[in-house]
Amino acid sequence: MSDEFAAGESTADADYPPETDGGVQAYTVRLELVDEPGELLRALAPISENGGNLLSIHHERGNITPRGHIPVEVDLECAPGRFDDIVAALREAGINVIQAGPERYGEELTVVLVGHLVETDLSDTLSTIERDANASVLDLSLAAPDGMDATSSARLRLAVDTDSARPVLNHLQRLADAKDLCLVEPLAGGDR
Amino acid sequence: MRLAILGAGAVGAAVTDLAAEYGHEVVALADSSRATIAADAEQLDVEAALERKAGGEPLGTAEPETVFETDYDVLVEATPTTLGDAEPGFSHVRRALEDDKHVVLANKGPVAERYDEVRALERDSSGSLRFEAAVGGAIPVLSTIEDCTPQAVSAVRGVLNGTANFILTRMATEGLDYEHVLAEAQDLGVAEADPTFDVDGTDAALKCVILANVLADGGFSLADADVEGIQALPPTALELAAEDGRTIRLVGEATRDGVRVGPRLVPENGAMAVSGTQNIVQIQTRHAGDLYSSGRGAGGPETATAVLSDIGRL
Repeated sequence: MSDEFAAGESTADADYPPETDGGVQAYTVRLELVDEPGELLRALAPISENGGNLLSIHHERGNITPRGHIPVEVDLECAPGRFDDIVAALREAGINVIQAGPERYGEELTVVLVGHLVETDLSDTLSTIERDANASVLDLSLAAPDGMDATSSARLRLAVDTDSARPVLNHLQRLADAKDLCLVEPLAGGDR
Repeated sequence: MRLAILGAGAVGAAVTDLAAEYGHEVVALADSSRATIAADAEQLDVEAALERKAGGEPLGTAEPETVFETDYDVLVEATPTTLGDAEPGFSHVRRALEDDKHVVLANKGPVAERYDEVRALERDSSGSLRFEAAVGGAIPVLSTIEDCTPQAVSAVRGVLNGTANFILTRMATEGLDYEHVLAEAQDLGVAEADPTFDVDGTDAALKCVILANVLADGGFSLADADVEGIQALPPTALELAAEDGRTIRLVGEATRDGVRVGPRLVPENGAMAVSGTQNIVQIQTRHAGDLYSSGRGAGGPETATAVLSDIGRL
């Protein structure tokens, strides 16, 4: 199968640079913060001061990094030209930026899985997606009206890197094949 | 044009019935067992022939083969689609093209399964071959691609099977399971007694194989298509999709690189979410964006209009 089937933008548009006429793009920065009052607020200030718009903050209080700090993942959007300024401002403010992947998790992807989801170990399915498919499971809705040992359906909302929907879907298809599940993909180019 | 019509099912009978309205004469009509042939320089008594067929009587006394011996301009091939060698449709096409006659197909088989052979026969013939009715019934899919030129079309996607679409639509709106809705569709005459080709995606795949052949100028048959049906979908899958503003449709996609048919998530109020037995086709062009065309993808008179349009273009 070719890229013609890729989710998101059609390949017909791939020849053109992204539009930046005031358009914004989503980015994720991964920070580690000292566990002190006011630190989170201090870390967010350079983002908004440099034209970034906060989308979500995952403050992983239960996790501690090897250095004994708290990992925080911040999703934001800004004009592509501003992202480097934001990262520089964070570093200037003494915030430890572990990962500043531009275009990281820039797209969302919704799929439906059908089959013996519970018997084939749903939590293994989810962790495989996170580990191997390079996608982050944002949420999951499961419907199993006939009990856990019957056919059930799940809707998964995934965050994926910009332009990587196709490889992620290929991963999901292999996973579905291995567990004899039916994967219902979104239709590329049919989003109208 | 003087038409010889092979196949007297819903499509063949409708072409026979409507031909005069479009300015054509029917000179021969055959089903698999019998044919009725017009007397020299006459045209067929269409009404009488269709009445005999409807009454379960033989169409006529002639052998079906004698159709090829009549003085016709266009062979309308409307016999049932068969897989693999696409017979007897393929032989009918060959015979007519070798006799330098035009052929208009409603039968998907020859152009889905033996496209390269059929095109080679056409090249050696002074007759031409058209097959608008084979994809999307009344919807002008192939003529639109022809007008855009196939090179400027990068992909064609569509909901191309009314039976599968009817079932998915009913499952989504009523929350009923597949078996229940299938039985209902059979009662309404929307689904065949054996709906396998419709619900397992084969019918949509054949249409997409034809589209891929047109885009790439040949090279595809059903064996090259990646096909999944709708039989395994429970109502909960449609419910979960609906909670997120989406629905599931059996969508076929054709490009120069391949053919793929399977259940796909589409926006609930989007163009692809046609309901009931309605079909839709999206033609993705390189210079003119996406073109959409929606309408009746099946039915005797509907499909016959596509056959008659083809005849008009000859």
